[in-house]
Amino acid sequence: MRVMLTGNGAAAWGARLAGVEYLPAFPITPQTEIIETIANWIDYGEFDCRVVMLDSEHSMITAAGAAATTGVRTFTATSSQGLLYGMEMLYTVAGWRAPFVLVNVSRGLASPITLEPDHNDILAARDCGFLQLHCATCQEVLDSILLAFRLTEDNRVRLPAIVNLDGFYLSFTREPVQLPSEQQVAGFLPPFDPQNQGFRAGAPFSQAVAVLGGSAYSYFRYQCHLAALNAEQAFSESAALFSEAFGRSYQAVESYRCDDAEVVFVMMGSFATKAKAAVDQLRAAGQAVGLVRPLLLRPFPVKAFGRALAGKRGVAVIDQNLSPGYGGILHAELAANLYGHSGSKPVLVSFIGGLGGRDISSEEFFEMAKITRQAVADGSAPPPRLLYTGDELREMKKWQAIALQQSGRGDQT
Amino acid sequence: MTELRFRTFRDLPADHLLGTGTAMCAGCGGLEALHEIYDILGEKTVIINAAGCMTLLAVYPFTPFRGSWLYTAMASAPAGAQGVRDALDLLLASGRITAAEDLQTVVLTGDGAAYGMGLSATSGAIERGLDFLYVCYDNEGYGNTGQQSSGATPHGAGTATNKGPLGYPGYKKDLFAIWAAHRPAYVATVIGAEPLDLARKVERAMRLKGPKLILALAPCPTGWDFAPEETVQLGKLAVQCGVWPLKEYRDGTVVHTKVPKQRLPVEEYLKRQGRFSQLFVPERNETVLVEIQAKIDDYWCAVERHGQVEE
Ligand SMILES: Cc1ncc(C[n+]2csc(CCOP(=O)(O)OP(=O)(O)O)c2C)c(N)n1
Ligand code: SF4
Repeated sequence: MRVMLTGNGAAAWGARLAGVEYLPAFPITPQTEIIETIANWIDYGEFDCRVVMLDSEHSMITAAGAAATTGVRTFTATSSQGLLYGMEMLYTVAGWRAPFVLVNVSRGLASPITLEPDHNDILAARDCGFLQLHCATCQEVLDSILLAFRLTEDNRVRLPAIVNLDGFYLSFTREPVQLPSEQQVAGFLPPFDPQNQGFRAGAPFSQAVAVLGGSAYSYFRYQCHLAALNAEQAFSESAALFSEAFGRSYQAVESYRCDDAEVVFVMMGSFATKAKAAVDQLRAAGQAVGLVRPLLLRPFPVKAFGRALAGKRGVAVIDQNLSPGYGGILHAELAANLYGHSGSKPVLVSFIGGLGGRDISSEEFFEMAKITRQAVADGSAPPPRLLYTGDELREMKKWQAIALQQSGRGDQT
Repeated sequence: MTELRFRTFRDLPADHLLGTGTAMCAGCGGLEALHEIYDILGEKTVIINAAGCMTLLAVYPFTPFRGSWLYTAMASAPAGAQGVRDALDLLLASGRITAAEDLQTVVLTGDGAAYGMGLSATSGAIERGLDFLYVCYDNEGYGNTGQQSSGATPHGAGTATNKGPLGYPGYKKDLFAIWAAHRPAYVATVIGAEPLDLARKVERAMRLKGPKLILALAPCPTGWDFAPEETVQLGKLAVQCGVWPLKEYRDGTVVHTKVPKQRLPVEEYLKRQGRFSQLFVPERNETVLVEIQAKIDDYWCAVERHGQVEE
């Protein structure tokens, strides 16, 4: 069945079709619609699940991990400040090896406070042990939740997973979405088998006990890492099954019009669809440009990225995040990944754009392609570019003048 | 309420369930209380712990518990209990586990978590009517990190962050009242030195559904600076001096279960602890001593006035 759904609606449907039994919740824009949608289904008897409103995301993630570790299929959702408020527990429940899915609706972090998206929130959770899937369309949101449940419950993995979608651009944007039937989903995603986890009388189970010394600590942390690495193989197997079941195929790293491309953009999330449109325009203008987009970010798809970037001469990494004092996080990851292999490497050019939902226009994509081609010709990359136009700067100056005047600290002369 | 199991000392459990040889300090009043509580709760429990001294009870690959254990974080043990309880209920309802496999969800934290960082999670769990037992061992400071002052530190006590001549300037928060204001199923104060009173209260709590608190004053030789062998004696003094009223909240009312017939002066309790030594040497701090005694006297006057005493 094809329906029009927002990204949040698609997330709610993903959870419903996955047959989640438990949803600890806490509101935050732009995520709230997900938990409201599910709660309303429950109230009107359309869906059987238990929603519990917790006092914070810290509590919410604790409850989610505890329920998953007790043996029920668990789903939760948050965004931005909420994800960071729960950060201690993200690390903790990943260490519990609690298999559940958390949707993050990306939103820029304070300060200044904003509602619109960028990826600093989700990338702050980069090292916590959760798997990460980054969606570009509403369809992908629904599909990624089903995929994520398979991954997180996979015996070789058993780590929680975050499915990320961008606030506003996906959360509140209606797109046509193919809704699979419950029977189709049942064929793809078997009921949750808690395996050896769970609290039962007669079978005492100690979860998350302390360790003394670095040896035991390192062992368990390495286990977490190795399990996360297993998720790359598990992803390709699940994606193959997914394609059989639903007729849509996904790759850990998507390549769009890359075959003969000399220069490619690398982007993740919904803004990658802007890059796709720009690629089409650049192609129409006779430029061999493509787009490479990771759907899977944790585990970092080393091989898939290697294949996608093989033979490319210039790579424009467009980071919708900013690590102050360094630059783009994805840029750093790619650079680390390309280094240390023999053979020719593309020139990596770093751009920062789309912070707090700032648009990236097609002119800017043309400009980035041009700068990247120039870097290829020069054989060296310029310093990271912070995308900003002259018009924006003039507007900002006007606002600054007003702010200064209002505060009485402006230049009165 | 039906007949209670524990009427005399002879009724107390002879079998002890909690293993020994843990990393707790010698004479730990919190561990003393936990031993007594666990003997009654039994092994059909999952203990959900927050960061504190007791976190070091279960150190890989050993545990003194016969039942289950989940360590969470300092702030969110009650939320962990929520997740476990809800999941067990879902598993029961769908027949994936039997009633015989069900567990009691028990939160175990120190006062730092219970009076402070975990209060939001606790309040949420009570307002949702979560069926759980919260056990707080109150050593009146952040014990695990070296006894800095917490929301439970009493007025005038020296702590790692109050080493001056006045000790801690604040006043101990009333967690019993904070809980009671939520109208939970049950709240009780206990102390390991009064095991019969403790046993009765734990038993009562176990018979009730909903949020329940067992708040145990936990004499702490390390943090309070007294000799480990004096834990029981100090616990008894806390009751006899009226510092630690033994009471319950049930059915909307507060009842005192053990009223000291002739209250001893609070000094008897204070002077045995190094943390109060600045009230006595180099010279007596009469102002603070009088103030502490007056607060205790006021408390018990009010108890008599309101008749909050067990018949
Ligand atoms: C979020 C966080 N902040 C600080 C700590 C450090 N910490 C560990 S135990 C502890 C003290 C806990 O005090 P309390 O709850 O009274 O338990 P006790 O140590 O007295 O047993 C602190 C502050 C922590 N584990 N987590
Ligand atoms: S510091 Fe106090 S509460 Fe902690 S283990 Fe030692 S005696 Fe017990």
